[in-house]
Amino acid sequence: MNSAADGLCVEKVHVWRGERHVLKGLSLKVGPRELLHISGPNGTGKTTLLRVASGLLRPEQGTVTWMGRPISSSSSQYQAAMAYSSHEPALKSDLTALENLRFAVGLKRRVTLQELRTVLDCTGVGPIADLPTRVLSAGQRRRVALARVLAMRATLWLLDEPYSNLDASGTELMSGLLQAHVEGGGMALVVAHHALALDCNVHRLELNS
Amino acid sequence: MTVGAWEAFVLIVRRELVLSFRRPEQLLQPLVFFLIVTTLFPLGLSLQLSLLRDISPGVLWTAALLSSLLSLDGLFKSDADDGTLEQLSLSGQSLTLIVVAKTCAHWLVSGAALVVVSPIVATALGIPVAAFATMMLSLALGTLTLSWLGAIGAGLTIGLRRGNVLLSLIVLPLATPLLIFGAAATERAISGSSAVGAMYFLASVCVFTCTLAPLAATAALRITLE
Amino acid sequence: MWTWFYKLASPPYVYGIAAAFVPWLLSAAALALCYGLVAGLAIAPPDYQQGDAFRMIYVHVPSALLSLTIYTVMAAASAVALIWRIKVGHAVAAASAPIGASFTLAALVTGSLWGRPMWGTYWAWDPRLTSELILLFLYVGVMSLRSAFEDPARGDRAAALLAVVGVVNVPIVHFSVVWWNSLHQGATVVKLGAPSMPGSMLWPLLAMWLGFMLFYGAVLCMRLQGELLNRERQALWVREAIKS
Repeated sequence: MNSAADGLCVEKVHVWRGERHVLKGLSLKVGPRELLHISGPNGTGKTTLLRVASGLLRPEQGTVTWMGRPISSSSSQYQAAMAYSSHEPALKSDLTALENLRFAVGLKRRVTLQELRTVLDCTGVGPIADLPTRVLSAGQRRRVALARVLAMRATLWLLDEPYSNLDASGTELMSGLLQAHVEGGGMALVVAHHALALDCNVHRLELNS
Repeated sequence: MTVGAWEAFVLIVRRELVLSFRRPEQLLQPLVFFLIVTTLFPLGLSLQLSLLRDISPGVLWTAALLSSLLSLDGLFKSDADDGTLEQLSLSGQSLTLIVVAKTCAHWLVSGAALVVVSPIVATALGIPVAAFATMMLSLALGTLTLSWLGAIGAGLTIGLRRGNVLLSLIVLPLATPLLIFGAAATERAISGSSAVGAMYFLASVCVFTCTLAPLAATAALRITLE
Repeated sequence: MWTWFYKLASPPYVYGIAAAFVPWLLSAAALALCYGLVAGLAIAPPDYQQGDAFRMIYVHVPSALLSLTIYTVMAAASAVALIWRIKVGHAVAAASAPIGASFTLAALVTGSLWGRPMWGTYWAWDPRLTSELILLFLYVGVMSLRSAFEDPARGDRAAALLAVVGVVNVPIVHFSVVWWNSLHQGATVVKLGAPSMPGSMLWPLLAMWLGFMLFYGAVLCMRLQGELLNRERQALWVREAIKS
């Protein structure tokens, strides 16, 4: 139904962290209009798998391909089409939310400040867009990180624990945005240790130790 | 529409400058260190100003080297700590471009600042005004080379315990030619003879380093990021 | 034709040949060093200028040459390991570094002892001595960097990059006596054209050089065995090797 050539394909990757064999020949596929939920107990390699899929970590064995081509040789095309969000919000504490977005998204595509303000409004941090992020709460920082992912207009979302620190309205917002993204033709790889209450096409990959 | 290399370069330099000026005390600390270290020598040796002139090129350059090293540690560290270095590496721009932009911005706020402050220090050490032009040019070339050597060292030592000590251990041996020829150039300028030979050497070391160091620094960063 | 190259990438294969080479290298080294020491210390005539003090050459020059050679070997092995991701390269570099550092220290110390009667000073800040000292610092830097990482694989790669970057110092050390006015004597052996030294003094020197090289080879093989066992300790072949 979905071939390897229209999305992300991770094949038989092995990763060792020092002496630990963290990923043992794992494979996964994500295509358009699909969401892959990676779950499992702590320490089973969920974040490592996401980092391998994003290209941050090179697996000792196995391949990662995007649209049929290995990401190691087509990294700029792959990076242009994907957005990665790590467990920490990855924001400069001395910059405002707006500046953070401008310097991050501005490297991927040309954006106007007005556009960024609109996205920040979408995720509910519009009023505090001009405050340095060090004064924001953890939940607000998570919303800014979410705004960054949104603003990048990427086809593939790679999200590590995107619901952490979000309150009830934030959780609803996150789910709504994920759903809209997937239904609109995008794909997503989400690492979350809890269940996702989503209406769209969700596959599940459970990692165990 | 993807962002071109020049635009990305300017954006990253702007980012670095905005971040540096948000913490002005971090900009001033290496400069103050430069001033303090240069005063230690004459105080410790209690020489008269005319005799101080003999050792002044060496003192100036040693102090410049040591204070540049102070600020090198922060080149990648803050971005590595808050996770933004990863985001930069996934931005679709080449890692080399990112490294070049960050290092250039770093030199602007540290090395260039040092060059601007050097006449004050030079006067305190008894260096005649006629030698200032050569001294400042040699410092400019030297600090630029040092920023690049430091980029390699910083890339290798991100996140290590006592990383700044190791950084100095790595960078200083590679930087000794700078010290030797920079001080020699300043020395010749003070005594009135031609400093051209030493300056050419300094310039060639600078060009050599600026050409090859970006590749080495990018490789170092890749090793650390993985 | 490339099969021998691919075999060299295999740790158990390299372990095997290292183990096999050690006795040959040690005995050849012993022979060369014996000849060199006897011929150099006892048989060669005293120098007309330096008298018997010149005999320091038989330890100083081979040490210095070896300090440069070993750094080059270390840098080459590091480059191979980084470019082709061959882990044996990292093992060779890690095994060589302390040996190279020791020879550099030996060269500096013997040079210093020789400098006292020759130049009247134990040390001078001239280009060759300074660049050789920098070489020592580079060795120490590489070793420190390797051990500073918790993840040994990352430590290997960082140290490898530093080794490759530092190799620029090796030609500087060698050509320092040509490029600058140096207190140190010019090149007498490793240069284009015939060596500028009489045979009775030259042959023991070459023998000592050869002996030192063979000694380095033997010690490298011994250390390499240890490095490979340590790095591959989870692998099956290591358990077999330990049992036997």
